[in-house]
Amino acid sequence: MAEAAIELVGINKSFGAVHANRDIHLEIPRGTIHGIIGENGAGKSTLMSILYGFYQADSGEIRVAGRPTSISTPNDAIAAGIGMVHQHFMLVQNFTVLENVILGAEGEALLGSSIAKARAELVRLEKEYGLEVNPNAIIEELPVGLQQRVEILKALYRGAEILILDEPTGVLTPAEADHLFRILAQLKDEGKTIVLITHKLREIMAITDNVSVMRQGQMVATRKTAETTVEELAELMVGRRVLLQVEKGAAKPGEFKLSVKNLTVKDSRGVTMVNDVSFDVRAGEIVGIAGVAGNGQSELLETIAGIRRAESGTVMLDGKPIDVTGLADPGELRDRGLAHVPEDRHYVGLVLPFEEYENSILGYHDHKQYLRGPFLDIEAIRADAREKIEKYDIRPTNERLKTANFSGGNQQKIVLAREMEKDPGVLVVGQPTRGVDVGAIEFIHKRLIDMRDAGKAVLLVSVELDEIRSLSDRILVMFDSRIVGERDSEASEGELGLLMAGVEQQEAAE
Amino acid sequence: MSAPYAKLPAWADYGLIPVVNLVVAFAVAGLVVLLVGENPFRAAAIMVEGAFGGGRNIAYTLYYSTSFIFTGLAVAVAFHGGLFNIGGEGQAYVGGLGVALVCLTFDSVLPWWLTFPLAILGAAAIGAAWAFIPAYLQAKRGSHIVITTIMFNFIAASLMVYLLVGVLKPAGSMAPQTRTFLDGGQLPKLNWLMEAFGFTVRSSPFNISFLLALLCAFLVWLLIWRTKLGYEIRTQGFSPKAARYAGIGEARIIIITMMISGALAGMMALNPVMGDQNRLQLDFVTGAGFVGIAVALMGRSHPAGIVPAAILFGMLYQGGAELAFEMPAISRDMIVIIQGLVILFAGALEHMFRPSVQALFASLSPKSMGVTAARQGDA
Repeated sequence: MAEAAIELVGINKSFGAVHANRDIHLEIPRGTIHGIIGENGAGKSTLMSILYGFYQADSGEIRVAGRPTSISTPNDAIAAGIGMVHQHFMLVQNFTVLENVILGAEGEALLGSSIAKARAELVRLEKEYGLEVNPNAIIEELPVGLQQRVEILKALYRGAEILILDEPTGVLTPAEADHLFRILAQLKDEGKTIVLITHKLREIMAITDNVSVMRQGQMVATRKTAETTVEELAELMVGRRVLLQVEKGAAKPGEFKLSVKNLTVKDSRGVTMVNDVSFDVRAGEIVGIAGVAGNGQSELLETIAGIRRAESGTVMLDGKPIDVTGLADPGELRDRGLAHVPEDRHYVGLVLPFEEYENSILGYHDHKQYLRGPFLDIEAIRADAREKIEKYDIRPTNERLKTANFSGGNQQKIVLAREMEKDPGVLVVGQPTRGVDVGAIEFIHKRLIDMRDAGKAVLLVSVELDEIRSLSDRILVMFDSRIVGERDSEASEGELGLLMAGVEQQEAAE
Repeated sequence: MSAPYAKLPAWADYGLIPVVNLVVAFAVAGLVVLLVGENPFRAAAIMVEGAFGGGRNIAYTLYYSTSFIFTGLAVAVAFHGGLFNIGGEGQAYVGGLGVALVCLTFDSVLPWWLTFPLAILGAAAIGAAWAFIPAYLQAKRGSHIVITTIMFNFIAASLMVYLLVGVLKPAGSMAPQTRTFLDGGQLPKLNWLMEAFGFTVRSSPFNISFLLALLCAFLVWLLIWRTKLGYEIRTQGFSPKAARYAGIGEARIIIITMMISGALAGMMALNPVMGDQNRLQLDFVTGAGFVGIAVALMGRSHPAGIVPAAILFGMLYQGGAELAFEMPAISRDMIVIIQGLVILFAGALEHMFRPSVQALFASLSPKSMGVTAARQGDA
């Protein structure tokens, strides 16, 4: 094995009494791509934050290129040749690429010389690694894939030999992700070491040399990627066998439940987010809307659910219109049998400081069964919540616990239990498994299929293409506020990827 | 790990941390006393003695506390709805108008126990109406409630000056105040209550509106934690987006919450106007509306915290007045400094000692920290 770029020896870190990292040993050889996978809360981010100097380990040692190194601030990490590309970019939106690259390394009071130096350096990096980006472009005008490239350039400009990428493909189209992987492979060939944190097993298999699995704060295994399988990694992550493929029979579509016609929605800045969109969802089918985040899916979902106003168009629920251009009352829509699992469970679907049982009636709190006159019938609500906890296997099984103290997967189950248990005819679901661990994903997918098989109409919006492909009976692809194509569930990833990138549409326009 | 600190047991959260904050506030206040050349321990003794040293002292302390309970509850209700009502001062001031109009109209024809409910309605209605305008502007026009309620304090002050020097002043009088209410417009004192605890009180302003304040504290608890409306107010307060999602009308909740808040602030006027002075005077609120903000902060917006916090501030008022009298070096302004320190440490710096208290608890007893629950959740 080659010389280790980084060695972690016996790293421990606790927050209060939560042991986020316990006795972590890890050796990352120079010039390799090393994947770190694990469920949410497994301690991946904590470990990387320790490596990058955001947190300090309670005990243990970090060795960079064989030398024990103390890293207590990000500046120490940069000095040691470690660079990080965050999941949420740390870029100044209204600065140019060049200004962002020199941020934190501005040099003297007058910027002239450092800008000239940075410009020359950018040209060199561009040649060496194929990282093309216009140094004078304003960040907010760049697509997400290029913004990420700027983050990588920032790290390289500071002389990073070791590059940590935290969930880098979450915001990218499949084509952009492929491009990123080519860049990473090139960086590897130049002798850089890359640490890739992800929960997508496919990416791990595609580009890493070695992979380490974390579970509940511990490093449970390290494998050579060539010698392991997706199934084994999933099992290591969860600690038990996991069904990765959803099993479902053919759909039996029935009557039209939800009909969207010529819907146009603008956001608060007046930008058209949904442009003349029409489609139907029938009973007994799952219609998936694929697309890269930010192409209008969220706005479409919110408009149908009555929490965003449309400019024009109609939405029919069971043949009767929803007042989307006025402002439909979400409470009334629930009574009409439209349930909504919102994309953002932290601020929309749940009130995190509430106790679990209080969230189990959010939106249904005016139903007679939960009320006694103007008062909440606390006993009835708690009994109802306990029932849902049992049925949806929500853990811990305590309806008096603050909702914020549940894990992401269990929070999502709280929302699903609430929305599904009222037996709605139509279910609109946004990002049902975002930030949810593998075990819960399996459960949630199964419930969605059950809903479909029970003859409900399900509209699914997700940025996870795998999820869309495995659950949907029909797939609509959104790009730049329009639906640019409809495919059946057999459509290949490549084909959908092209649609998501808007390729077909542009060709048609030319 | 998204939560950097583990949870504290409730008694530490609601008991220990406020006490630590308070001790630090008084320690710093002691340094200030030392700085002006007085003995801080003697000052503290005078203050406690002045607030609790006898029936009359306690009665005064509770009289002040009564006002602070009302205004503290008013601020707390708004807090739960995510609204910062700085206008308690003005709402209480115009609330006095409601009390006075009822008393001036009925004091000669009705006994006090019939005038009282009418005066409550009058105070609450005018207080609520005064809060309605900023609430409406916030709900429909997006004008920030902090700004508008502050401005409405000034408008209330001007309005009351106009009314008291003109319309409400008896002809021929030179004082800007209404005539004195007759017996039907005067609330009975609570001397019997003090006597039941073995204190003798000859004259004090401590009156029956204290019991109304306690009742209101209970009703606020009931409203916030046990009714559908309270549920909607809390949802809106924690997350307006979740409220929107749940079909809770934002404008409706803002307006109702502010009107309840204004009504509670308005009812504060009953205590001084009908319970003590028996006439409407200029500036009778004397800052109680603003003290209510500190009381609500310190009481964590919970009635069970607001009542003791109000009594603490009543003690600072009453004990402070005695202190200023006993120690000439300590002026009335020094008392304001001490109150300010309490507000600073209990309110603004509420979380300053939290990390160290939590670390202490974590090292003492990991089991008590809700860690078991978090672990199960991960599994």
